[in-house]
Amino acid sequence: MDYTAAQSGFRQQHNMRLRNSSVDRPDGSQLFDDTSAAVPGPEGAYRNQQAGPQAEGLPGHSFLSDPMSNLAVAYGSSLASQGREMVDKNLDRFIPISKLKYYFAVDTVYVGKKLGILVFPYMHKNWEVNYQQDIPVAPRFDVNAPDLYIPTMGFITYILVAGLALGTQNRFSPELLGVQASSALVWLIMEVLAVLLSLYLVTVNTDLTTIDLLAFSGYKYVGMIVGIVAGLLFGRPAYYLSLLWCCAAIFVFMIRTLRLKLLSEAAAEGKLVRGTRNQLRMYLTMSIAAAQPIFMYWLTYHLIR
Amino acid sequence: MRITDERERRPPEHIFPPSATVLCVIAILCINAVAVLHEERFLSKIGWGVDQSVGGFGDEPGIKVQLMNLIRSVRTVMRVPLIGVNSVCIVLLLLFG
Repeated sequence: MDYTAAQSGFRQQHNMRLRNSSVDRPDGSQLFDDTSAAVPGPEGAYRNQQAGPQAEGLPGHSFLSDPMSNLAVAYGSSLASQGREMVDKNLDRFIPISKLKYYFAVDTVYVGKKLGILVFPYMHKNWEVNYQQDIPVAPRFDVNAPDLYIPTMGFITYILVAGLALGTQNRFSPELLGVQASSALVWLIMEVLAVLLSLYLVTVNTDLTTIDLLAFSGYKYVGMIVGIVAGLLFGRPAYYLSLLWCCAAIFVFMIRTLRLKLLSEAAAEGKLVRGTRNQLRMYLTMSIAAAQPIFMYWLTYHLIR
Repeated sequence: MRITDERERRPPEHIFPPSATVLCVIAILCINAVAVLHEERFLSKIGWGVDQSVGGFGDEPGIKVQLMNLIRSVRTVMRVPLIGVNSVCIVLLLLFG
């Protein structure tokens, strides 16, 4: 009776019967017998229940000793690994996972320094990205390298702070969090697309990748969060002051970073280079940098009362 | 008098920046606008046809040439997907307003 119940797979009933049978046994140490034998099904299955779902490793389970179930388990696991390989391969085609890992190779010191530069970029002297045999160095080793950790964390924190700000004005509802999140995300994507379009139109030969642009556009969330928190703590004048400071900081940061990437060598060093091409590139850098404060104000002013 | 001044100075309560759906509709409308520009009847008339873009062979394509190429490629690539996207958009707007 025990065996048929076990093989039917109805575990709870099986367990009840196991507990009853173990109480009935005079020798409790039989529960911890060697389970290499295939016969003592109830004890093996009971230990399986105790030890957790490790069905494959422990031999002697009544519902696994059946060769059909063995086949089924092996087939299922091979299907699962095949599916996982296929997902990995296809996902790698659309989202370059290995490249993304580079952008998350950060550590605490880098994050601290970068946040400092984002809020106060006026003392930073050397803005060049170090290269190592044509590959840009990981952000952990170079403060000027763009990363995706700060933008991601900034985005999530922005949504949370926006929810907090709405809550203090009794305007909060859970759907609004989702609305804010999707709205900010789509604005970010639109901005990156607009920058890509303008880079294509001006035919700039640059090694800025799309993810780099995403990182640069995401850095403004830091300033937005500072502005909103100041506005929450100290009122509207503090919001305007801190937003002004952060807007100026992001403007200077973007200009100094993009200048090295977009402009030609001579113009980047500050010499005046004539010619429509360099002028156009200068205007492009200015407009990308000027778009950041506009977005910072546009996405935060509705949160401050 | 003071109370009305306070209310005028604050931004109205319902002002949020456009939501994600509105932005997507804006994008779809813009791409539609680019896709309906006709090559012969309109673009050539104002000197923006692609046959007029083969210019200098220097390293400077210039913004106008880039724009013309962009318009042409958007029209070629997006014609068919726009049918599907527009249909989905129409159905969703009818159902959910």
